[in-house]
Amino acid sequence: MSQETIWLSLLALGLGTFLLRLSFVELAGRFVIPAGLTKALRFLPAAVLSAIILPAILRVEPGALYFGLDNPRLAAGVLAALVAWTTKSVLATLAIGMSTLWLTQALF
Amino acid sequence: MSDIETRRAFSDGIRIMLPLLPGAVPFGMIAGVVASDAGLDALAGIGQSVVIFAGAAQLASTQLIADVASALVVIFTGLIINLRFAMYSAALAPHFAALPRGRRWLAAYLMTDQAYALSAMRYASEPGMTLSSKFAYYMGGASVMWIVWVGATAAGYFLGNRVPPSWSLDFFIPLSFLALVVPNIRDRANASAALTGGTVAVAGWSLPFNMGLFLAALTGIAAGYLVERFTSARERK
Repeated sequence: MSQETIWLSLLALGLGTFLLRLSFVELAGRFVIPAGLTKALRFLPAAVLSAIILPAILRVEPGALYFGLDNPRLAAGVLAALVAWTTKSVLATLAIGMSTLWLTQALF
Repeated sequence: MSDIETRRAFSDGIRIMLPLLPGAVPFGMIAGVVASDAGLDALAGIGQSVVIFAGAAQLASTQLIADVASALVVIFTGLIINLRFAMYSAALAPHFAALPRGRRWLAAYLMTDQAYALSAMRYASEPGMTLSSKFAYYMGGASVMWIVWVGATAAGYFLGNRVPPSWSLDFFIPLSFLALVVPNIRDRANASAALTGGTVAVAGWSLPFNMGLFLAALTGIAAGYLVERFTSARERK
């Protein structure tokens, strides 16, 4: 993507995000979100973010996934997930994940 | 409505937000670091925090730009992640609808998970708050969050520029998302949504136009929804 396309994409995303934030405030609360949709949206973060996490962990270079166990990102990602699960700490997750990746990259 | 009361509400909003600011700093810095790592120039890398001002969407769009996705995919994915703001908007609408347009738009622009959560809690516990006190309370917290977020992104961007690509700083994106998602998986429904979303995204990785990502979002949400319906129906019996 050229820098101009990147600027325009981010601008469009920013404008769309502003409209989402403004939506019901501007409609003066005349409409309510259907309860079913609110329920479905509860699962959106888990679904979408996982859909970004897994390919990013299996991706060794742009455009290719690598499933081998000798993928340093896979080891680092699994360890970071365990740390996130047990400690719930953002900083511990980032620190363990990143240092595991650096260590395995340096060793192999 | 006295000036003193409004000012007190504003500084109250700042005070309540303070403990949440350190949590935003690493994500803001990472948004800047990975943007420079993905080759975004300073205008896009730091400017995204001003125009988008939403961490998860910024990280996702940087990841997709690095994956050479199309512009439409970048925009659409970010908007899906930000759909939750429409829910916050609906929740805050009864409190903000009567504000003048400029203030309404400013409040909308500064909407974050944190500003929404803190304000919604305060409005519920203090039903007698006046319109300008509500606005001032919200603005206090929301504006310090903005300053910290944009500052952290800028710091991260310039830091990232000094680091060679061999450091694999792009890995901070999945790590940040892991730190956000994993601790929140406390029931079967959310676990199913995450597992389905991740698996479908990997299986559909080679589909054109990142259709795999959208399929993953849809099937993941459907899985969470169905599992919840199934488990709550069983509990009722």
